[in-house]
Amino acid sequence: MEGNTIEVDIKVPNKTRYLSLIGKIGEDIARELEKFSGDKDTLAYHLNLVLTEAMVNAIKHAGPKEPEKLVRIVITLHHEDLTIRVYDDGQGFDINSIPAPNFEELEDRGRGIFLIRTLMDSVCYRKSSTENILEMKKKLS
Amino acid sequence: MNLATETRNDVVVIYVKEERLDAHNSTELKSAVQKLFEDGKKNVLVDLKDVRFIDSSGLGALVSGFKNAISHQGNLKLSSLQSQVKSMFELTRLHRVFEIFPSTMEAIENFQS
Repeated sequence: MEGNTIEVDIKVPNKTRYLSLIGKIGEDIARELEKFSGDKDTLAYHLNLVLTEAMVNAIKHAGPKEPEKLVRIVITLHHEDLTIRVYDDGQGFDINSIPAPNFEELEDRGRGIFLIRTLMDSVCYRKSSTENILEMKKKLS
Repeated sequence: MNLATETRNDVVVIYVKEERLDAHNSTELKSAVQKLFEDGKKNVLVDLKDVRFIDSSGLGALVSGFKNAISHQGNLKLSSLQSQVKSMFELTRLHRVFEIFPSTMEAIENFQS
């Protein structure tokens, strides 16, 4: 691996109690960025949030194949390009079919994907025969 | 989830004693607020002073509480939001929905005005 690349590849049980652990990894990465010119505390919060939302999404869509499933998260930072991939083995869903929240309606749910889309530069969800990948990218400059 | 509750005048204050209000623990807050309104309480204040991080599930639990308040002819207000938490309300336009106060005292006074 090149000297300017960080890759964190982690698997945790698909339980919400690990959200905090995953979120903190995002915060730590934000604070380690030497060249980032923006507000690191805000970036730390945003990475914590997108990781939390993505992991909750993976937990919701995880398959029933084994009782103790893992969620795999890969965070790659190459120069200024941050990529986060979250893998699940559930049914998957078409991310483009999820509408933006209707701000006039007070819904309890439906803000997670909106937050990810707002805070990241690009978001896509790919299905393969064995797993689904939620991929989120952001340029950190 | 660590929640501390006290009643000041006729306002029930729920202090969320957690650093994170997220998909792991927000259901408990939702249930606690629901129970207060079902028990006939009319004025509920959720104080978020200790909450450093909120996700969409945490926001959803508060929205649920707000709707519960309306359906029971009650009020649910918020106080002591940290700046990053407040920015999540702004991002999701929920700052237009909730009455948000800088401190617990100011919120309590507002219930009584």
